[in-house]
Amino acid sequence: MRRVGIVSSGLAEFSKNDSTIESLMLSSIKPIFDDVSNLSQDEVDVVLTSTNSDNKYLSNVVSELSGISPKVSHSVESLCNSGTNGIVSAYSYIASGLADIALVVGAEKSDSPGLVLEWDVSRGQYKHPIYWASMFASAHMRKFGTTMEDIAYVGVQNHKNAIDNPFAYFKKTFSLDDIIQSKSLTDNLRLLDCSMPCDGAASILLASEDVIKKFTDNPVWISGIGQQSISAGFTKNEDLTCMKSNIQSSHQAYEMAKKTPDDIDVAELHDAFSICEIIELEDLGFVKPGLGSSYVKNLYENDDKKINPRGGLIGCGHPLGATGIAQTIEIFQQLQGSAKKRQVDGAKTGLVHNMSAAATSSTVLILES
Amino acid sequence: MTRFEQELKNNVFVSSFCTRCDKHVWPPSDMCNSCFGNIIWKPVVRIAKLIEFSRKGDEIFGIVEFEGSIRVMAKIAAASDLQIGQMLNLIECNYDEKAKFVLAPIV
Repeated sequence: MRRVGIVSSGLAEFSKNDSTIESLMLSSIKPIFDDVSNLSQDEVDVVLTSTNSDNKYLSNVVSELSGISPKVSHSVESLCNSGTNGIVSAYSYIASGLADIALVVGAEKSDSPGLVLEWDVSRGQYKHPIYWASMFASAHMRKFGTTMEDIAYVGVQNHKNAIDNPFAYFKKTFSLDDIIQSKSLTDNLRLLDCSMPCDGAASILLASEDVIKKFTDNPVWISGIGQQSISAGFTKNEDLTCMKSNIQSSHQAYEMAKKTPDDIDVAELHDAFSICEIIELEDLGFVKPGLGSSYVKNLYENDDKKINPRGGLIGCGHPLGATGIAQTIEIFQQLQGSAKKRQVDGAKTGLVHNMSAAATSSTVLILES
Repeated sequence: MTRFEQELKNNVFVSSFCTRCDKHVWPPSDMCNSCFGNIIWKPVVRIAKLIEFSRKGDEIFGIVEFEGSIRVMAKIAAASDLQIGQMLNLIECNYDEKAKFVLAPIV
């Protein structure tokens, strides 16, 4: 297989507006062509769109609107990890030799049909994602003594990080007390423990090792990929103190990249809800089970941006199909040393974790400068 | 409306069951997810084990497990001192755009 690297990226601000999904996508593609001055539309072999929208033939529509006539063009839908699924697909086209250059474009509107998995009757009448998150929170609290204050530190930290991200939905910080006093949704979940659906778009350009030097002197390589589906129905994750797909996908990615959790300098984790980040830190091997909450508190107290420097889903908002690509762009920028106020000094190896539908599937990418 | 949904609407909880593999196929499907053979619709024993729970306002909801394999999210009614692992009765099920399960402690 050929090595695959990231050349450039573009973002459209996460917000709520009247833009169409096509317009959002174009807004995130434009910065790539502005940035890579010697890239012409004729050179793009693959265009993939990642979204849960009902728009038909979207990748071809966006290709035409961008002046691209790609060899391969299709949409990728996998609920909340559509974005990294799109990147994995593009990686595969390039690594196999079917393509040299691929553009992956993710976008979502805030009223996306992807917010609820209607098929899953095992969720009964409790279709909204807060209910599965509340089950994980109950189990983690019961086994490890995790408290509501512990969970609140995730929101405080990620909102603080998002302040330095000009593309984030939230433009303000929240104190520990703000989080604790925010509206109670369930016994163990408050409004500010949740990520917010919003509009947004993110694009990323990948290229093979054979051509990448033509476009950049500072590529970031995708060195590890892990992807695992457990089920579609929420109730197949038997131990609710962990998320099985996280564990399996991270093991795959670490093995492919020949890395361990200790090698990771910076990571974007899928904090759809605060409790998710605590569990993911444990599942991905950053800490032992039960120590995720103390790890987050230490990040906050030491102003350490190692986890979710862009602000995570909680600080940035969560436009489903764009999220995984935006997470990957953050690690790309961190490893290029271009993350400005969010920069983690000396970051050489980074990790992206993106998951779907109550962690019934997860994707982990490892990137290296 | 599927057979599963129709039965649920009549307060009957059935699951797809593969007689060849001797197992429930859950969530419901028209084929076995092991052998791809045909399934039958089999009533589920209306006693479940409490796996986890939480509250939204005054309402308790949680995950319960029927017959050692079928897990659903359900409303838990008439409960004051719930314990993980305790057995509950299915006192109502229904279907109105969503499946609905209501259980209560066995007294």
